[in-house]
Amino acid sequence: MKLHPILAALRKHKAGTVLIALQIALTLAIVCNAIFIIGQRVERVNRPTGLNESNLFLISQQWVGAPSADAPDGVEKLDALQREDLAALRNLPGVASVAPINSLPLLNSSWTGSVSLKPSATIGDKTGTRTAYYFSDEQVLSTLGLKLIAGRNFNAGDVQHQGFRDSPPRPIVIVTKALADKLFPQGSAVGKVIYSDGSSSPSTIIGVVARMQTPATGSWGNDFAWYSTLVPTRMDANFARYAVRTKPGQLDATMRAVTPLLYKVNPLRVLDDNSIRPFSEIRAKAYRADKGMAVLMGVICLILIAVTAAGIVGLTSFWVGQRHRQIGVRRALGARKIDILHYFQIENLLIAGAGAVIGVVLSIGLNLWLITRYEMDRMPVLYVLVGVVAMLILGQLAVFVPARRASNVPPVSATRAA
Amino acid sequence: MFAYYLELGLRSLRRNPALTALMVMAIGFGVAASMTTYSVFRAVSGNPIPDKSAQLFTPLIDNWGPQQNNQGEPPDALDYVDATALMRAHEAKRQTLLYQVQMSVMPGGNRDLPLAANGYAVYGDFFPMFEVPFQYGSGWSTQDDKARSADVVISDELNQKLFGGVDSVGRTINLNGHDYRVVGVTRHWNPKPRFFDLFNTGGFKDASDFYMPYTRALDLKMRSVGSNSCRGKITYTTWEDFLQSNCVWVTAWVELDNPAAVARYRHFLESYAADQQKAGRFAWAPNVRLHDVMQWLDFRQVVPPESRISLLVALGFFVICLVNTIGLLLAKFMRRAGEIGVRRALGASRREIYTQYLIEAGTVGLAGGVLGLLLTAAGVAGVGVLFPPQIAKLAHLDFSLVGLTLLVAILATVLAAFYPAWRAAHVQPAWQLKSN
Repeated sequence: MKLHPILAALRKHKAGTVLIALQIALTLAIVCNAIFIIGQRVERVNRPTGLNESNLFLISQQWVGAPSADAPDGVEKLDALQREDLAALRNLPGVASVAPINSLPLLNSSWTGSVSLKPSATIGDKTGTRTAYYFSDEQVLSTLGLKLIAGRNFNAGDVQHQGFRDSPPRPIVIVTKALADKLFPQGSAVGKVIYSDGSSSPSTIIGVVARMQTPATGSWGNDFAWYSTLVPTRMDANFARYAVRTKPGQLDATMRAVTPLLYKVNPLRVLDDNSIRPFSEIRAKAYRADKGMAVLMGVICLILIAVTAAGIVGLTSFWVGQRHRQIGVRRALGARKIDILHYFQIENLLIAGAGAVIGVVLSIGLNLWLITRYEMDRMPVLYVLVGVVAMLILGQLAVFVPARRASNVPPVSATRAA
Repeated sequence: MFAYYLELGLRSLRRNPALTALMVMAIGFGVAASMTTYSVFRAVSGNPIPDKSAQLFTPLIDNWGPQQNNQGEPPDALDYVDATALMRAHEAKRQTLLYQVQMSVMPGGNRDLPLAANGYAVYGDFFPMFEVPFQYGSGWSTQDDKARSADVVISDELNQKLFGGVDSVGRTINLNGHDYRVVGVTRHWNPKPRFFDLFNTGGFKDASDFYMPYTRALDLKMRSVGSNSCRGKITYTTWEDFLQSNCVWVTAWVELDNPAAVARYRHFLESYAADQQKAGRFAWAPNVRLHDVMQWLDFRQVVPPESRISLLVALGFFVICLVNTIGLLLAKFMRRAGEIGVRRALGASRREIYTQYLIEAGTVGLAGGVLGLLLTAAGVAGVGVLFPPQIAKLAHLDFSLVGLTLLVAILATVLAAFYPAWRAAHVQPAWQLKSN
């Protein structure tokens, strides 16, 4: 079929043509970027923390009238309170293991610092990197379900305790594989020495775990999201967090048993609604905005596509009505039904194609703008190409119903008044 | 004539139900998406203290130096030494330091379990500076600050919990084992965003329970429960060492009434930092900032990025819906070319045709607005999906939002109708009559 008559006819319908093309262009630009955002958020939400997240919950509590960690024997008294709690929790039926810990992945409460290959390093030292510390004890691996891939676990004799604001030496640590690879690209990190937070005393890496995310989910933590360091130290302050792994299927029952138990151990403490949370809740809270964003973008894309398709149907129907008589004339002159159908399909293809070309420019422009303003990543060209194909298909689907109606115009209408 | 055109417009809504429904839905969804995201944006980007936001300033001093500061910007709070120096200099009309503290209200009366309470250690100027509303009593005086008194101002929520909401001024509460005299009870007060403490909060938090004298909190060696940010090697062990360290944890606010006072204060900050350089405490040139409330909100990027992006996406969506509406209105109007031809032939001017079709578009917009209103109500109820609860509960459908939704829907549709109505007004009567 020749394109010339189609182009000539389009020139008579400039406004409608431009409107459909524009709509396709804008839809392409927004849908491409929206789907890219959805993809990124879904990827973010689905990245594993490295923990076995089922049957795991966190207790965050605070003592009232507890001795100050600044007082001379305050740290010892606080540690006694903590050990009392740990013993009671470990005796609870349904509990598999318990570890005191300063934070958990996705909890957004982090203790960050830097580790370096050189002693007394200052910030900006090239051999070092940022890391987030987890202070816990020998049960941390079993409680969190971390996978040890080299070296050994902490044992009870390794565990120290310290006041919250003190910074004593850290003779041994366990690091994540990501951090080990970063510090020692040539191979095994076990047995090697690192220096934390510009300290002059060495920390020996005794083990490497496969994966453990840092607590921060904000963009500021992206650079070191997998660089965690585990330190065998109980932190003593007027508050404490305990991670608890329950036996399978006993999560709810155990969580309910915690509050009365802890009050029985020591009533002078604050436990509120937020104090006992399953890990699933921590995860949901951390990624709420990401999920919401994905849902919002998804809904907008769907409505947008529906609106665009409806617009094409509406305008094409209008054209079909307007050209009723001309279609009749063409049919009377020997055009087959399929020719009329093709006419409208090709017409739509031309318009959608032109719209898609503008849309490609717009979507790349929008993406570049989002990069400068909102630290978004560069969108792969694949997204745009798939988007173009999808827009062309959308146009064809939308045009089919009015085009078929056009093809059903009987030749006899050529002789009737419009 | 307007009423007549309006009636015609309403009647023609029913004429092409499918086409009309498409338009109404496009406008409805477009306006609802925009309004829902706007309601959140409005809630988070508002001015929390409109009448004083240009007179309240937070001073910042770079005590970390070019190697360690935030890419040239001073840290977002002060260390103890600088904070104390600013307070002692007393260069502003009013000034306060503040940091977050947490205490427990000890069991007493009919409560047998302690109660956690979040608050701030502040100076007496805090209350008049930030226009804290009082239900009973008032804040404390500068003398009380100097006397390091065990005074406390509690919130109405805490007053409700402890004293059943009666006037509790003069009564005593026990916080962390120490007795405090209640000097004032605030009304519900929780400015959003919490501009005065963006160092410790993202700007959105539940209301504080109490305010206590900063001087008293220092006497008790109370640490900030908010952020504490340090640079270099951390060596301090005792409270005194901590106070002298470069850790920033204190927020300062000053009230300055006029540009001259602001300039004077800025000069004071510069010369203070220069003095510190001379004294050898800073090894770098003065690097100070004096942000007012709105600048500070902007600098700390209080508006969540989700809010901006979703507003943008929603606006883009609305534009597409309008482009769609232009096309559909064109189809709807041009279908009636014959009718227009007859009217024109009978003497109607182009202007009248134009008016009629714009009004008709207005009715479509009105219908779209009503649908949009319903969808906006649903959307506002559902923003909790996207935003954390503290922010989500700020979004609400009020009278102004309802009015705005309808107005935007109608205006946008009428705007979209300019071109289709122009086309309708330019229908050639002779041509139409001939072809019939």
